[in-house]
Amino acid sequence: MFEILEKQRLNPTVVRLSIQADWIARHAKAGQFLILRPKADSERIPFTIFKADKKAGTVDFIYQIVGATTLILDSLKVGDTLCDAVGPLGKPTETTGYTKAIIVGGGVGCAIAYPVAKAMADQSVDITTITGFRSRDLVILQKEFSALGRHTLCSDDGSCGIHGLVTDVLAKQIEQKDTGDLLVFCVGPLAMMRAVSNLTKTHGIKTLCSMNPLMIDGTGMCGCCRLSVNGRMRFACVDGPDFDGHQVDFDEAIARLRLYGYKERQDYEHACKLLEVNHE
Amino acid sequence: MSELKRQVMPLLDLKQRQTTYKEVALGYTQEQATSEAKRCLNCKHRPCMKGCPVEIEIPEFIGFLANGDIDSAYGVLRRNTSLPAVCGRVCPQESQCEKYCVRAIKGESVAIGRLERFAADHAKQLDYQKVASNGIEVAIIGSGPAGLACAGELIQYGYQVTVFEALHALGGVLTYGIPEFRLPKTIVDREIETLRQRGVNFVSNVVVGQSVTIDELLEEGYQSVFVASGAGLPRFMNIPGENLLGVFSANEYLTRINLMKAYQPNSSTPLFAGKKMIVVGGGNVAMDAARSALRQGAEVTIVYRRSLIELPARAEEVEHAKEEGIRFELLSNPIEILGNQNKEVTGVRLVRMQLGEPDASGRKSVTEIPDSRFEIACDGVIMAIGTRLSDLAFAGSQSVEKERWGGIIVDQDGLTSREYIYAGGDVVTGSATVILAMGAGKAAAKAMMKKISELRKTR
Repeated sequence: MFEILEKQRLNPTVVRLSIQADWIARHAKAGQFLILRPKADSERIPFTIFKADKKAGTVDFIYQIVGATTLILDSLKVGDTLCDAVGPLGKPTETTGYTKAIIVGGGVGCAIAYPVAKAMADQSVDITTITGFRSRDLVILQKEFSALGRHTLCSDDGSCGIHGLVTDVLAKQIEQKDTGDLLVFCVGPLAMMRAVSNLTKTHGIKTLCSMNPLMIDGTGMCGCCRLSVNGRMRFACVDGPDFDGHQVDFDEAIARLRLYGYKERQDYEHACKLLEVNHE
Repeated sequence: MSELKRQVMPLLDLKQRQTTYKEVALGYTQEQATSEAKRCLNCKHRPCMKGCPVEIEIPEFIGFLANGDIDSAYGVLRRNTSLPAVCGRVCPQESQCEKYCVRAIKGESVAIGRLERFAADHAKQLDYQKVASNGIEVAIIGSGPAGLACAGELIQYGYQVTVFEALHALGGVLTYGIPEFRLPKTIVDREIETLRQRGVNFVSNVVVGQSVTIDELLEEGYQSVFVASGAGLPRFMNIPGENLLGVFSANEYLTRINLMKAYQPNSSTPLFAGKKMIVVGGGNVAMDAARSALRQGAEVTIVYRRSLIELPARAEEVEHAKEEGIRFELLSNPIEILGNQNKEVTGVRLVRMQLGEPDASGRKSVTEIPDSRFEIACDGVIMAIGTRLSDLAFAGSQSVEKERWGGIIVDQDGLTSREYIYAGGDVVTGSATVILAMGAGKAAAKAMMKKISELRKTR
């Protein structure tokens, strides 16, 4: 189980992995995630499912090397096996019942935005996609998004696509559109999702954000992933991960993500050293 | 020593208890076990047995211990329970078997739990011959105490048992919840390994309701399903400040420590290092969280809204917590968690409570004393105030009847409103004890077997 079947580097720090995971592939839908441990002494970390093939029993997900666990995950090769993987977790993104939607992805969040955009396109929702990256070398899934139709790429530094933030592009598109029954689906860094939600709120456009808090079990047992949504406590793992962006307390979510920052940096450096030693 | 008194449990040195996760209760010596076993009066009417949810033949196993025959004592235990080494450690014996012990009328009851532990720890591990399979497949959802007890019963009769576990490790609350110093994980692993040897098939990393539905399991050939998915989601108090940095559910705090091994210095799982922690609640989970936080170097205060007598935790755990230096702030209840600009916890605002007359359930009512607000400074808060049930297991399947508060409704056999679907443990009762869950698992197994064999006869 959990054999790595394919490994494809999408940019210097972002990788697409395909694994054998029959129990996950069976019911996986757009917007759902899995939790894995690369090794027996690793943390449990969540990743959104990028693609699932029920027949073959395989799932693909995309990770960015940001900390010790993803660094260790990245040290595994095709043919190696992950220690554990479980899913699909969370509720699927509601992709039906809409006539038109703008899908906004930021950075590695585009790995979550794409399957949602694809599922909506497959159901004949009139979709427009916007993806934003810090710079050209970080771009992922450009071909895939383009193939879905109207797509705008933008970058913070102007090294590719439109020079600007996704919110700049989104603001223009909103002006040109009848926003009556429009849905905005948004996933990326918390600050970006907050900015998008603030923008769409002034226009009264329904906005779903895919939240990515710290998590352990993924079944509601620990409550680590809790968020304030419309003043109520919700668990991202079982009540989400999608929530109404106008109701999410983003400031709190941003603060909560910081909690173990110090240890994460320490562990990352430690893992770097460890892998270097093994490499030699 | 007077016959009125029980043998005293040897304990780990207090200094070590405060800083390590080594087991606190060390277990009886051979001499102690024999002397204690000899205190049993071997009463004809066996009052102790009626206090045991899994009906262990208590006078029998103690009789063997009195004669120094540990292996035979263990054999009796194994016939009655799948987890003797666990029960001997975590059961609230004072309110079960030992409560009915005739010795307790004029002195101290026989230390039944400690003897059970002694037999399980010291017996030669038996070689299990697999019972020939009858080909009838049964699925169990959850590998906690209810699921394990159900599996242990079914496997004895040749049923083909598959246990599905959502986490990567088996054991449910025994693994993620109860800390090493109270229940070493080697003990849990050994009990699970025994079940595996006997033929139980364990499948971890499967969340029933998400990875596969109950209806699919039934369609795919499982004759019956036992739902033992546990207590569900941690409860919070719904007071301001509960999402501040430094506030945790006891489930999260304990899961980080136990399941993810955060207490080990080179663990990859981070743990909040509070200097002054407050634990809210009075049950076993609160004691476990408080004593863990203490071992992580925090000064710990348990806040509970009733008084010492009403503390629902096992008496021994409360004693141990006090010995280790945990403070108790009783008859007080948090109304707000205070924080700074960085959204970090700085303290808790509480009110004093007073006890009133017992209500219909016999529990004393508790009310707030007006104008009694006070504050305690702290940097961490752990909420150990119980759980609310999750609907996850039945997602995607036809549901079963549930109580208004979410508990699955079952009959005395553990049967739900759907044929062939049984349930037991916390998913039925809400947060309760290991042994009650085991009792439910065992009863359900018996009922399932009866139902399946009746059905086969009519075919």
